[in-house]
Amino acid sequence: MADAPQIPDEAEVRARWGSFAWTAENAEQAKVVIARYPDGRQQSAVMPLLDLAQRQVGAETQTQGWLPVPVMEYIGDQLDMPYMRVYEVATFYTMYNLAPVGRFHVQVCGTTPCMLRGSDDVLAACKNKGLIKGGTTPDGLFTLNEVECLGACANAPMVQINDDNYEDLTYETMTAVLETLAAGGQPKIGPQIDRQTSAPEGGPTTLKEMVSENHDYRGQWNEGARA
Amino acid sequence: MSDAAPAPAPFVGPLSDKDRIFTNVHGFQDWGIDAAMKRGDWDNTKALMEIGQDAIIDRIKASNLRGRGGAGFPTGMKWSFMPKESKDGRPSFLVINADESEPGSCKDREIIRHDPHKLIEGALIAGFAMRARAAYIYIRGEFIYEAKVLFAAVQQAYDRGFLGKNACGSGYDFDVFVHRGAGAYICGEETAQIESIEGKKGQPRLKPPFPAGAGLYGCPTTVNNVESIAVSPTILRRGPEWFNSFGREGNKGTKLFQISGHVNKPCVVEESMGISFEELIEKHCGGIRGGWDNLLAVIPGGSSVPLVPARQIRDAPMDFDGLKALGSGLGTAAVIVMDKSTDIVRAISRLSYFYKHESCGQCTPCREGTGWMWRVMERLRTGEADVSEIDMLYDVTKQVEGHTICALGDAAAWPIQGLIKHFRPEIEQRIADKRGPLVEAAE
Repeated sequence: MADAPQIPDEAEVRARWGSFAWTAENAEQAKVVIARYPDGRQQSAVMPLLDLAQRQVGAETQTQGWLPVPVMEYIGDQLDMPYMRVYEVATFYTMYNLAPVGRFHVQVCGTTPCMLRGSDDVLAACKNKGLIKGGTTPDGLFTLNEVECLGACANAPMVQINDDNYEDLTYETMTAVLETLAAGGQPKIGPQIDRQTSAPEGGPTTLKEMVSENHDYRGQWNEGARA
Repeated sequence: MSDAAPAPAPFVGPLSDKDRIFTNVHGFQDWGIDAAMKRGDWDNTKALMEIGQDAIIDRIKASNLRGRGGAGFPTGMKWSFMPKESKDGRPSFLVINADESEPGSCKDREIIRHDPHKLIEGALIAGFAMRARAAYIYIRGEFIYEAKVLFAAVQQAYDRGFLGKNACGSGYDFDVFVHRGAGAYICGEETAQIESIEGKKGQPRLKPPFPAGAGLYGCPTTVNNVESIAVSPTILRRGPEWFNSFGREGNKGTKLFQISGHVNKPCVVEESMGISFEELIEKHCGGIRGGWDNLLAVIPGGSSVPLVPARQIRDAPMDFDGLKALGSGLGTAAVIVMDKSTDIVRAISRLSYFYKHESCGQCTPCREGTGWMWRVMERLRTGEADVSEIDMLYDVTKQVEGHTICALGDAAAWPIQGLIKHFRPEIEQRIADKRGPLVEAAE
């Protein structure tokens, strides 16, 4: 249970978030979300609504956002679910923050494919920039966590910072990403080396026509020799 | 061809570009519907539907497509398990598994962000064939950009009349919805995924009942991997014989391979099933880092399959049966390459940590076993263990394996079993090195 989230002081949280309500825009979005599921199955919307609420809290606090208890109760009321069912979902999935995080939530992938390509260096870069694993920097700018596989293994090592992936990192490029963010800039998203998404570095070995034009291969479908 | 002619040798690559299904896999071109249509998606989909529901399933069966999510179950047969008509008014659902979280796997991400219309068109075709009312695409929460693309692509298809009422002018009504996960590997298990869509914790259900009988909202449901669905329109357009012409018997078709780890150029690439490991690496990945003599071991199918040592993998055909023969598996074709600089015990121990983190906590052997196995793996990594603990660990993996509701327990056990099978001397050496000076001091 050592990893269990520490729920911040209830009274203080209630005072701050007790009157949480959707913004006009998010209220509309919540309706759209609920309409994706059959009538009477509105509980299905709990995950997207928790995400929406976390983003709204984030926008109000200039962070990635988190889920105070009154916010979860608000969603439970809207979906006609007991609070405990909402809480179960919020605690089960890792993307819901149960405690406040910093402006940038730095999630370094440390699973084996990233480990093989140097996630230790990425974590070292974070540490040397003053980031604290499992904690937030005193200025509230960065929260650092090591997370499990984020599904970009051909571009390892990688980090997800809020909504953006930074891939093919080294100690130096990770340091540069953090410095740019700290200075208020927007680093280049995606691979940090000269590479098109998950194509081999230096250019694709297949489908080379696609590089310069939206090639239609159907005309060649019936050509005899395969190789 | 006369009956006397010898059967031609199976074609196992390399594939030529015209036979690649995912032509925009690297995203050089736009994912949008206009560009996708120029590449051949949504080309008279109505005609594909006019093949007929049962005939579509027969053609997918004839193509010998095996599910691309890891288990390799024949896709056409899976579709045929769905009820042909609803006797009690319950609708049927198609759930598309885009909860790609297996360490090493990164193919569904490329399909969704660069070729989403192949998936959406496939959803319509597959959903129509199995008489589903709607498809839910369950995309993992961390694919934030990919989900944005997918939401937008689905909207594009609705705007063109390809989805919704009278989809593609076929007279069939079909909806596609996107459901985002929120970070739980276990939701890649089909019944956990169904629970998650229902707004609950993603804990697998006991089977039976199987989803085809009672799945999402208690209705008949089929759960398919993204790649299985996305290849189906092309299979229908080009014919099952075309797909069937690649790969060895029982392992047909093309496949997205995802190569990570210690190769010179990691990448995602579509190749023929059964291509040899060496050809795959040499042709697309610029070889092994430091050359073939520097290769230590390969995990050929994502973290859940046992590793294969270098001496066995080089000529191995990359398909279900070829890798099974080596005591491993194709899984999702996520190839994790490790060279001799790798601390192999740490590499596997890190996977044990992954499974400990991702165990849903429902079954005791897995909830307790994954943590226990990881802690012993860490002792083996540092060498602070007793040699007898190796056998004890192996014994515990056998007690976890097969004793849980879902396969996560098995997946946690197999990598450790593979390590002990192939690298036992390395582990023993490590313990001996740690012990060595102490023994001397005692003498």
